[in-house]
Amino acid sequence: MTKHIFKRRFTNTILFAFLSLYAVSILYPIILMFLTSFKTTREIFTNPFGLPASFEFTSYIKLLTVSNYLTYFRNSIFVTIISLGTIIVITSTASFVLAKYNFKWKNFLYLFFVAGMIIPIRLGTISILKLMIGMHANDTLFSVIIVGIAVGIPFGIFILTDFIKMIPEELSAAARIDGCSEPAIFRIVVIPLLRPALAAVAIINYIPIWNDFWFPLVFLKSDSVKTVPLATALLFGQYQTNYALVFAVLSMASIPVMLFYIIFSKYFVQGLSSGALKG
Amino acid sequence: MTGNKAGKVKPFMVFFLLPSILIYTGFLLLPILDSMRLSFYSGSGLIPDKFVGFDNYVKLFTRFPFKNRMLNAFSNNIKFFFIVTLIQNIFGFFIAFFVTRKIIGKGFFRKISFLPTTLSVLVVGFLFKLILNPVWGIFDKMLAAVGLDELIRPWLGDPLTALPVLAIVVSWQFMGESVLFYTAGIDAIPEEVTEAALIDGATPLQELWYIILPSILPIIGIVTILIFIGDFTQFDIVYAMSTTMANPAYGTDLFGSLFYRTAFSTPVRGGWGMGMGAAVSTVMFVIVFTGVMVWLYFFKLKEKKND
Repeated sequence: MTKHIFKRRFTNTILFAFLSLYAVSILYPIILMFLTSFKTTREIFTNPFGLPASFEFTSYIKLLTVSNYLTYFRNSIFVTIISLGTIIVITSTASFVLAKYNFKWKNFLYLFFVAGMIIPIRLGTISILKLMIGMHANDTLFSVIIVGIAVGIPFGIFILTDFIKMIPEELSAAARIDGCSEPAIFRIVVIPLLRPALAAVAIINYIPIWNDFWFPLVFLKSDSVKTVPLATALLFGQYQTNYALVFAVLSMASIPVMLFYIIFSKYFVQGLSSGALKG
Repeated sequence: MTGNKAGKVKPFMVFFLLPSILIYTGFLLLPILDSMRLSFYSGSGLIPDKFVGFDNYVKLFTRFPFKNRMLNAFSNNIKFFFIVTLIQNIFGFFIAFFVTRKIIGKGFFRKISFLPTTLSVLVVGFLFKLILNPVWGIFDKMLAAVGLDELIRPWLGDPLTALPVLAIVVSWQFMGESVLFYTAGIDAIPEEVTEAALIDGATPLQELWYIILPSILPIIGIVTILIFIGDFTQFDIVYAMSTTMANPAYGTDLFGSLFYRTAFSTPVRGGWGMGMGAAVSTVMFVIVFTGVMVWLYFFKLKEKKND
């Protein structure tokens, strides 16, 4: 018996060592990115591995002065908020109807939406560009927002329809007896119960919307409408030899998503896992 | 099901469904179909307007340099997919298996594994480009420190290593997704099953082989098809680490970067016009569609039969 316990401890120690190594391989490049952004260019070459002698914010200040970084940041926040807000509103109403009512084509409609989760929208880029030119929306934030919404709809409906189905029908029936109209049932009964699912939809869609590079690259040309990923590429090309500045650029693009993940990781895991299991 | 008057579509239902239907159809589904239509057109402007039948495809499949670039992107993409799939499935599974054992800090390891997935591919690509950069040479210095100086080479300049390096970076970033999916699969196995096996004296290896592996088979399918779709439309990593010219000498060209160059670059930088771009994206659609059908056949239909 003691031998057994000893063996198990030994195995667990090896597993722990392996996982620690994996964690280091993940954390080291990310920590390196942040630390280097606080070094001077000279220090980056003389002391690439160590901590910075003193934390210099020079690169961040320079970043804000040589580029319109605040504009890029504001644009990204604007795009993200409008896209996520719209996704939540229109997918929750659609999911409510798909989950609670019977009508012809209902199952087809659900599959029609959910199929979008595996359709890469990039393959429609040429036609979307044509559409944007036709709508005079090329080179505007609207172009990026509407595409972000379209991509978010399938996953939103997938998560929310399932969630609304689990809300007991008795609650709606009671509200109906009290004289509630169907839209009022949605507003008064369903929405309050739906909050955690809405949060999951917003949180999971936040990452791809914030990080999208492809559509901004194709649609956005003017400096005043550029988003953070586009600015990252632009500044990386422009200041390639100024290592300290480049690392500040990469850090600035990463901080919002990483902070977001660290705060809300529970939602990511729940939302995405349910997707994996039902798949 | 529920709802009062079943079967009738009421005005509010239309009102509730319509925004999603319109945006999803208008900006996702129809554009993909319309891009296929545009692949039969040609023209020098932003919108191809001259009907040319199968000309774009004839060029793409038979003529220099179109055919060569496409076949090159295809073979690179297959290799890329192969490397990413192997790394993400094997490591992803074992890491998930480990973090579902009784190990100190397993919650931390689970959480941390997803961290790179939240970053943009662009940032990750740039970051590793700097790490591998021979001028700064931080990676080369690490190799030297452990006595592996002989391996040092221009990682992104050498045709032999550039593509695998890109694939490894992408695997590093998206490993968290595999770990998350596999962990969810292993967690979903009822505890009684595992406990019964352990009482019967099953070793951890037997548990792995007879209990865990069979129940996570569908997840292998999901992880693989997601990698397949992602890799055959992957662009950002090539842009960040090898530019849109897919250096060295198209050695890292994937379908995503070929598509971008074809449609949106100037002729000097490899642009072939929007019509050809639409043809390339249609070929990509066929590849992705075929992959999905294979996945459905092997994983979804079989599942139904077993039910």
